[in-house]
Amino acid sequence: MLHSTAIVFTSFAYLGLLFAIAYYADKRADAGRSIIASPYIYSLSLAVYATAWTFYGSVGRAASDGVGFLPIYIGPTLMIALWWVVMRKILRISKQNRITSLADFIASRYGKSALLGGLVTVIAVIGILPYISLQLKAVSNSFTILVHYPEILMPTRVGEAPIREDTALWVAMILAAFTIVFGTRHLDAAEHHQGMVAAIAFESLVKLVAFLAVGAFVTFGIYDGFGDLFARAAAVPKLHAMMSPLEGVAGGYASWVWLTILSMMAIMFLPRQFQVAVIENVDEKHLNKAIWLFPVYMLAINVFVLPIAFGGLLRFPDGSVDADTFVLTLPMVEKHEWLALLVFIGGLSAATGMVIVETIALSTMVCNDLLMPVLLRLRSLRLNERRDLTRLLLGIRRSAIVLILLLGYLYFKLAGEAYALVSIGLISFAAVAQFAPSVLGGIFWKGGARLGALSGLTAGFAVWSYTLLLPALARSGWLPTHLLEQGPLGIELLRPLQLFGLSGLDQITHAMIWSMIANIGAYVAVSLSVSQSADEHRQASLFVDVFKQTGEVGGARFWRGTASVPDLYSLLARFLGVAAADAAFAEYASAKMLRWPDDPLVADAELVHYVEVQLAGAIGAASARVMVASVVKEEALTIGEVREILDEASQVVVYSHKLEQKSRELEAATAELREANDRLTELDRLKDDFISTVTHELRTPLTSIRAFTEILLDDPEVEVEQRKKFLGIITKEAERLTRLINQVLDLAKIESGKADWVESDVDMKEVISDTLAAMDQLLKEKDIDIQARLPEQVSVVTADLDRMIQVMLNLLSNAVKFCDSTNGWVEIALAERDGCLRIDVRDNGRGISPEDHEAIFSKFHQVGDTLIDKPHGSGLGLHISRQIVEHYGGRMWVESSLGSGARFSFTLPTGARA
Amino acid sequence: MSKKILIADDEPNIVAAVEFLLQRSGYEVHVARNGDEALKAVEDCNPDLVLLDVMMPLRSGYEVCKRIRERADWGHIKIIMLSAKGRDAEVSKGLSIGADLYVTKPFSTRDLIAKINGLLQRP
Amino acid sequence: MSDFASRGQRFVALCMLGLLLFNYPILALFNVPGTVFGVPVLYAYIFVVWAVLIALMAFVAESDR
Repeated sequence: MLHSTAIVFTSFAYLGLLFAIAYYADKRADAGRSIIASPYIYSLSLAVYATAWTFYGSVGRAASDGVGFLPIYIGPTLMIALWWVVMRKILRISKQNRITSLADFIASRYGKSALLGGLVTVIAVIGILPYISLQLKAVSNSFTILVHYPEILMPTRVGEAPIREDTALWVAMILAAFTIVFGTRHLDAAEHHQGMVAAIAFESLVKLVAFLAVGAFVTFGIYDGFGDLFARAAAVPKLHAMMSPLEGVAGGYASWVWLTILSMMAIMFLPRQFQVAVIENVDEKHLNKAIWLFPVYMLAINVFVLPIAFGGLLRFPDGSVDADTFVLTLPMVEKHEWLALLVFIGGLSAATGMVIVETIALSTMVCNDLLMPVLLRLRSLRLNERRDLTRLLLGIRRSAIVLILLLGYLYFKLAGEAYALVSIGLISFAAVAQFAPSVLGGIFWKGGARLGALSGLTAGFAVWSYTLLLPALARSGWLPTHLLEQGPLGIELLRPLQLFGLSGLDQITHAMIWSMIANIGAYVAVSLSVSQSADEHRQASLFVDVFKQTGEVGGARFWRGTASVPDLYSLLARFLGVAAADAAFAEYASAKMLRWPDDPLVADAELVHYVEVQLAGAIGAASARVMVASVVKEEALTIGEVREILDEASQVVVYSHKLEQKSRELEAATAELREANDRLTELDRLKDDFISTVTHELRTPLTSIRAFTEILLDDPEVEVEQRKKFLGIITKEAERLTRLINQVLDLAKIESGKADWVESDVDMKEVISDTLAAMDQLLKEKDIDIQARLPEQVSVVTADLDRMIQVMLNLLSNAVKFCDSTNGWVEIALAERDGCLRIDVRDNGRGISPEDHEAIFSKFHQVGDTLIDKPHGSGLGLHISRQIVEHYGGRMWVESSLGSGARFSFTLPTGARA
Repeated sequence: MSKKILIADDEPNIVAAVEFLLQRSGYEVHVARNGDEALKAVEDCNPDLVLLDVMMPLRSGYEVCKRIRERADWGHIKIIMLSAKGRDAEVSKGLSIGADLYVTKPFSTRDLIAKINGLLQRP
Repeated sequence: MSDFASRGQRFVALCMLGLLLFNYPILALFNVPGTVFGVPVLYAYIFVVWAVLIALMAFVAESDR
């Protein structure tokens, strides 16, 4: 037995639990350990989309239309697929501009227009009233039904009940009180209500569990699974047609499509959806999970809708029970009172969740975008001079909440009974869909203008009022019905339900077609025909190009004027309170590495912009602009200047790309430079060594020359023999000096590439013979055996003849110099192979140790270093020879080991130079 | 008794010139043509002065100088470094390891003889 | 940015796919009498397509982890 006291007590206990959750979440948030910073909580809070409409109304719709309830959930699923593109952008824009509501968003986009914000607020409030009334109706109906348990009694004409039994009014009042406690306990500059979000997420779980419970009960408890249930329904002729319900229904497919589109808009632009999805979002990354988790939620809560609908139709075949109540009446008729109570709580969750978030969102809009801009402009109120406005702001919001719920109640009384739950909700959907052109156009099209948005919204809303609101009031008896049947003044073309003769469509589709044509048409046409103000131009750019900007200071570029820090501070303190203003200034200062209030701040464009953004968080962009303008002397920017700044900005983007590229190139260049520097350092060291060595090599013969010259000069009595010997030494050392100088110059020429190469066809056989002939005298003196093994004929090489002789001379004189002093022999071999000539010069000297094989080819390295007898060479000969050979594409190397002679070899490519 | 001077240099022509000069000045001259020979000669003939070329085969003049200075009984031996390397760093290196003088090639013969005479305290 | 852009395109493609599958004439193909595992064809079609679509969205949303 369920007593009304028990139901009321349970309801309050449940609301108390919600409040406890919210309170706990707020405390955690204040402590900086937010519990809602989770993609799962975010996804569940989005499920505030599922209201009493979903909970009770879907079954009602399914009972008459079959799958007709589904577009309401498929549409959002499809829309959410676009969230990655659309919602991410809206989120980014809202965070950068501290947007506080949908109205604030639209107003802000179109030049912070207070008029537009007000219009959006009015449309939202009027448009949402039917939706709120739906929740009141659902809660009061379910309460009334449950109270009469175990009887099944339909609550008809509730409006006629005396006021103290008017459940809907009580529900409205209790929800108002609850919402005030939830949403307006204090003023948050960012409009974050973490406690509310936590409670909403919890409610989403409760309503899902309750609905799944009753669904499972009907499907598996009353019937024997899906198959059994559908089979029994198919057996009833009336229900059989619902198995393929899209055929034959008036405008079946058109209606389906339009409902899908409508729901796509609703999931974006219902004020409560905007509130939880955008305003309460704490991390853009939560979208990643929500994109699929929320659709999963919608799928889950819809799985049992059709089974419950068919179960209800089978259980109550006479139509005495309203299909909107099947969810509750099925457990009741089966005498499951606890399940019925759970269903009631689930429905209460769905309704309260919607009402709380919706009214908070609407009250914020009413306060920030409708009343404050007006109040601030009224000089007689002297609001500008009030020290603390936070109480006023909270007061306005609380009043707005009460007012909105009372209006919802009023609508319920006026029109609530004439429509089913879903039909009531769809009227609201159609209203908020009017925001779509202005918002979507606003974030993707810079050309969208303030006047365009105003015209579009006005036109769309007018058509909506005429085709949906007016018929609703007429059907409820508040307006004459002949208005619907014959049109105003009897003009048939203007009949609200068949405007311009368009008939055969359901009411929503009909209204959507005409309102969208009017809305989009006016928005685009007017936007294209007016020119934007500087403010609009700036805001359009800030919104559309949000991903191209960095940081919050984007707007600061557009401000020019003078202000004082104390003025700005007291302005912020008036609206946010002293503590919040101090915190805001401290944060600003610390970002600049300063301490507030000890260090002086500069009241520049950035600070003014910062204060405006902070203020916008509390009172909306339009109001914030008015307030900031009251304390700063602003010089308005001309449209040309704004354009200039924007062009500059886009140039900066291009420039920064270029800069990035440049810096990458620079890095590469730096690496190259470092390498080059290393090479240069090495070269420098080599040059130093070279000079040092050359100097040494020059000084040594000079020393002998000078010493002997002085001896001869000082001592005329030197014997003739000795004098001759000394002069001989002087001559030889002078020759050595000359040779050295020549070779250094030669080397310098070769290395710098300035050497003259006189090229001709050179026969290496001849070169060897000529060299040997030239050395004939020396060879005879030293008594060295020379063997030349030369082939009959070899190919010619293209080379400088003198250079070739130089190479041969060098190798041969080295060989002669180093070969065995007593039994010396030298062997020369010439061979041709694989397009190459190879010349070997072998001696039987003491050889060269392997570690010196490369070193001997470097400058000034003298093999003689290891010998007792220092040879009189410059140390450049082998180096130059190798350079010459390599110049002609050949190679020069030595094979030897200590004690076994040495073989110097080089190759030269024949024919054309390789 | 004439003083003994050891010339250690691998350039025969320079050796010839210096040898001639010193002999004419009345010194007893010994010759070494590399570092090893130089040390051996010092051992054998116990010279009063050594003329050391820096860049010698087998053992550099620096090394020879160091070896001589390591022996207490050779403390009286005067050392003159002769080098074609005239940079300040090399001069100071030579002096720091115990040479009495550092003479850069090419040198004035009169100067050299005067310096030698000075070191050996002869007028 | 290119990853972001390509993910955006995948989502748009999924939305287009959904609009196609939940629309005339594809929908009409399944608007016929008869059952699949006891469930009317149209209902079964809608819920299966819906579930697959969500799975694809989950895949695209979480793919780069």
